[in-house]
Amino acid sequence: MMVRFILTRLFRAFITILAVITFAFVVLRMSGDPAQVMLGPDAPNETVLAFRATWGLDQPIWVQYAAYIKSIFSGDFGVSMRDKASAIHLVIERIPATLQLTIPALLLKLAIGIPAGVYAALHRQSIIDRGVIFGAVLGFTIPSFVMGLLLVLLFSIILGVLPSGGQDTWQHGILPTLTMAIGGIGILARFSRSAMIEVMGQPFIRTASAKGLKWKDVVWSHALPNAAVPIVTIVGFMVGSLIAGAVVVESIFSWPGIGRLLVVSVTNRDLAVVQCILLVVAATMVVSNLVVDLLYGWLDPRLRSQSAH
Amino acid sequence: MTIADTSSSARPDHTVFSRIGRAFRQVPFSVGFGIVWLAGMVLVAIFADQIRPYGITAMDLRSRLALPGTFPHVLGTDELGRDVLSRLIQSIRMSLVIAFGATIISAVFGTTLGFLAAKFRGVVEHLVLVLADFQAALPFLIMSIAILAFFGSSMSLLIVLMGFYGWERYARIARGLAISASAQGYAASVVQLGATPMRVYLKHILPNVASTLIVSMTLTFPEIILMESGLSFLGLGVQPPETSLGNMVGFGREYLTRAPWIMLAPSLVIMLTTLSISLVGDWLRDKLDPTLR
Repeated sequence: MMVRFILTRLFRAFITILAVITFAFVVLRMSGDPAQVMLGPDAPNETVLAFRATWGLDQPIWVQYAAYIKSIFSGDFGVSMRDKASAIHLVIERIPATLQLTIPALLLKLAIGIPAGVYAALHRQSIIDRGVIFGAVLGFTIPSFVMGLLLVLLFSIILGVLPSGGQDTWQHGILPTLTMAIGGIGILARFSRSAMIEVMGQPFIRTASAKGLKWKDVVWSHALPNAAVPIVTIVGFMVGSLIAGAVVVESIFSWPGIGRLLVVSVTNRDLAVVQCILLVVAATMVVSNLVVDLLYGWLDPRLRSQSAH
Repeated sequence: MTIADTSSSARPDHTVFSRIGRAFRQVPFSVGFGIVWLAGMVLVAIFADQIRPYGITAMDLRSRLALPGTFPHVLGTDELGRDVLSRLIQSIRMSLVIAFGATIISAVFGTTLGFLAAKFRGVVEHLVLVLADFQAALPFLIMSIAILAFFGSSMSLLIVLMGFYGWERYARIARGLAISASAQGYAASVVQLGATPMRVYLKHILPNVASTLIVSMTLTFPEIILMESGLSFLGLGVQPPETSLGNMVGFGREYLTRAPWIMLAPSLVIMLTTLSISLVGDWLRDKLDPTLR
């Protein structure tokens, strides 16, 4: 049973990655003739024909598609038009910088968001509950670019205590990390709160309290494990979209990570790099979805049998 | 989130004023604020041309980077001496038009695909679900950036692109609801009476699932505003000389030290608008669809 469950999930992950690769191929081909793009509009006809023959562009489209898929799976992601370097290397080079921001931000979200939400759910209508709701709504409605600029305005310009851009010292990382974390804390707190309230209203909690369990045990061993499923879902989604969140924040703070590379490559129309980042992002999302699915099976045995068919 | 005040004792007074008063009291203050703010934004968007004091590209070179609160530029001016208030009004119109257009496109598109999946099942259903999986696997911001990279930014492309935002949510909901609806008596009986599938889905199933779809629209709408302003902020969305809220924040960023008001005014509008929609949306959700949380 478990093996089949895992195999189904792996197959779906594979299909999704294939769909993203196909998307990149289709969009790339729809946006113009690669020969014209590479050689410019004034290239003589023989040169264009020769270029097409060299790169297999005179083949039928499905042959090109097969060749494209093959090159991707053999690790050939094309060459950056700007730096003439391998696109995948340019992208891999930037990954550590992005992780330097996203991992602390993720830890902050988990360490503050979940406890705040759970506490608020257990102490409804208290001041902290209202604070959590209010904070969650604010975190949800303030877009990260506004949040980032407000933090710069406050800490760099008015107070002058933190740098507003660059990557020279660890202080440079504080504002971008905070910008990334604040919205997520709000969303996670709101989610944990409603998941916990939902669980606390279930009959089995009443049973557990009625049979004389200590309040602490009711919460820790009956309520929290059941509230974990929806919380894991949203955390998985956050992990999967870390890079997307980094795009705006890295641009604001001139942080040399993948997100900034993406925006710069788009401006330069460096398509090989854009396509490479697309695949990295999709792979992150697919892997984190896969992990979440497997975690579900572990957290809630009922889901194993349901989703295996 | 909304708290209905049921504890107050029902006093038997039936004057018109008390009834109006009670109707008003049933709407919490925050929701009331949201409704008023949104109505204001819609009015501003509709009458933008009439209430805008200056043209959006009109430059007043003698008062560049003028402070807000000074006559004749109430919200100050930017680096080219353009009136911030006028640009703000035009930006509100632009952002709302894009968000409205995109919300409707994505609701129609997603619901149609969901209904098709429910009607034909089999291959069609699998195809729709694979597309939905694909959409969910690629963060929308990254996908839009990639498409804008390949095709270059234009107004019509931007609206079409935003029209894809969240379609998979409607498709999943519409499919699920339509499948469970077709198992119910009312759908089966109109099929027995010889109604065409078109009639069954549009006249009978759609009205029954509409409230859930409307609730998802209130969720998608502010997200589209945020998505469009994010793209415009990065310089990939609405292109100058046209202006949108994100666009203004993006340009204001350059003058954060000398003229923070250029960036603060549109930021505040974005925040209050998304806040109002989510307050009103939450409230509507409680009213329309008690099964959703």
